[in-house]
Amino acid sequence: MTVLRTSGGSSLRYRPRALAVGTACALVALAVGVLAIGSGDYPMGPADVLRTLAGAGSPADAFIVGEVRLPRVVTALVAGAALALSGAIFQSLVRNPLGSPDVLGLTQGAATGALTAIVVAGGGALAVAAGAATGSLVTGAAIYALARRGGLHGYRLILIGIGAAAILTGVNGYLLTRANITDATRAMLWLAGSLDGRGWGDVAPLLAAMAVTVPVVLLGCGRGLRTLELGDDAAHALGVRVERLRLVLLAAAVLLSAFAATACGPVAFVALTAPQLARRLTRSPGPNLLPSLAMGAALLVAADLAGQRLAPGHQLPVGVMTGLLGGVYLGWLLATQRRRGRI
Amino acid sequence: MSRLSADRLTLAYERRTVAEELTVAVPDRSFTVIIGPNACGKSTLLRALSRTLKPRSGTVLLDGRDIHSLPARDVARTLGLLPQSPIAPDGITVAELVARGRYPHQSLLRQWSPADERVVAASMAATGVADLADTYVDELSGGQRQRVWIAMALAQETPLLLLDEPTTYLDIAHQLDVLDLCARLHADQGRTLVAVLHDLNHAARYATHLIAMRDGRVVAEGAPGEVVTADLIEAVFGLECRVIDDPESGTPLVVPAARRRAGVAENRH
Repeated sequence: MTVLRTSGGSSLRYRPRALAVGTACALVALAVGVLAIGSGDYPMGPADVLRTLAGAGSPADAFIVGEVRLPRVVTALVAGAALALSGAIFQSLVRNPLGSPDVLGLTQGAATGALTAIVVAGGGALAVAAGAATGSLVTGAAIYALARRGGLHGYRLILIGIGAAAILTGVNGYLLTRANITDATRAMLWLAGSLDGRGWGDVAPLLAAMAVTVPVVLLGCGRGLRTLELGDDAAHALGVRVERLRLVLLAAAVLLSAFAATACGPVAFVALTAPQLARRLTRSPGPNLLPSLAMGAALLVAADLAGQRLAPGHQLPVGVMTGLLGGVYLGWLLATQRRRGRI
Repeated sequence: MSRLSADRLTLAYERRTVAEELTVAVPDRSFTVIIGPNACGKSTLLRALSRTLKPRSGTVLLDGRDIHSLPARDVARTLGLLPQSPIAPDGITVAELVARGRYPHQSLLRQWSPADERVVAASMAATGVADLADTYVDELSGGQRQRVWIAMALAQETPLLLLDEPTTYLDIAHQLDVLDLCARLHADQGRTLVAVLHDLNHAARYATHLIAMRDGRVVAEGAPGEVVTADLIEAVFGLECRVIDDPESGTPLVVPAARRRAGVAENRH
């Protein structure tokens, strides 16, 4: 632990390792983002990309970067960060590594909303995004209403979430069978989780949601969440307003995952793996919110780049890649660190 | 005088009412021990006193004011609680866990003051875990772990400290270690301690004030020498016993009556 103190009595305490991991992940995320902007049918070197980003590129470069590739990369970075932060909050709240929007049914709820918009309403991109957000938020509210009586943590929330996920998966399957072939193709594409053709309009709602939730979570709730990990009674005794804190954090986590789904569809596994990866790299107890956030951004942008590059002539949806990359990396970390027996 | 008291509490979980019209006061600077049979409401009372459980009716008074009307942070600087089974986060070291006790004294911009540093070190020294500061909590024995949790509660720097069954799961020597530690904190630091204990003889030996409960009611309270009698133990626990003087400490010693083993033996034939 390192402490920074000012003469005015303020102090900051952090773990150098956690700071280093968070910074490294953020740098990797940005570097991969630059590579991703440069890759494609019209390749650009990293120097050209940086020059264009600084506003000094040719008009052609400026168009490709500003209108086509930058929105996609920004969507990947921001959605990855949002999913990872959401997962880190859930995992800390339920004190279980299974706590994530994928397992708790929120992702499936987003899919139900989006499929309803596509199949039943025949709506456009905006309707699909609104449907996804609504579906996820409604699912979150329902799970909260069902789970709150039991104290809202641990297995109860996870089991209720798994139940909700199972029901919604059934509903989603039914909606798909009712769709005509055009709608079904569109729906399947959305369900795989994709960043193809994302423009600034797609990422704007997510950015707005992030602008509200991230400061609330990191500045307003971070210390409380860390204390809540000691158990409800201990946190209560230390002066944490447990119920209020949990409600705020839950709402923030649901919002983050809902708006991430509006931007890139139900991308699997980032929310589950990014906090676990961050935790193993920082070797720190606690929710590791910031390192998780940076890890999620790096993971999603890297997965998207890999999905575009790995199979030449055939782009893999980013949702497929996150599962592969995150799963393999987590498996490797678990296998190599198992003997140390902690975290 | 009493900084912490409960006035006509009704305590209930969702369907089960644990206590009604429960009135109790914790004498200042006492080492109060609550005893009673399983499910008599003693842990529930402790939860209510620490405002972890909100009473259906009645009030818990801290310094003369309703504890639920006071800011959470102010209460947490006055009244600490070591719950029955707190959770040690994965991969946390002793020093970090003890430091978590400083939460009510910290803020976003004041995360680690020189006072935090000093109090955490002093708390670890007082509980004899200073040597373990950099050890992982999950590598500790049960006795060490309990002392670490007490150190965390001490780091909260509260004049009042509630302990819910602090000796459970410990062997006899470690139980006495923990109780000696509590007695020392009470005598040397002038803190008011309230503990729920199961062992009557430990309660009689260490408490300065004893509260005996049954079915959500206080049956008797006062100094152990006056409260612990054969009749009271019979009334509270339904246990036939003799009470003699503890040859070591002179406090009451409860000796359960021998049960008719002959009858048991006959049944076996």
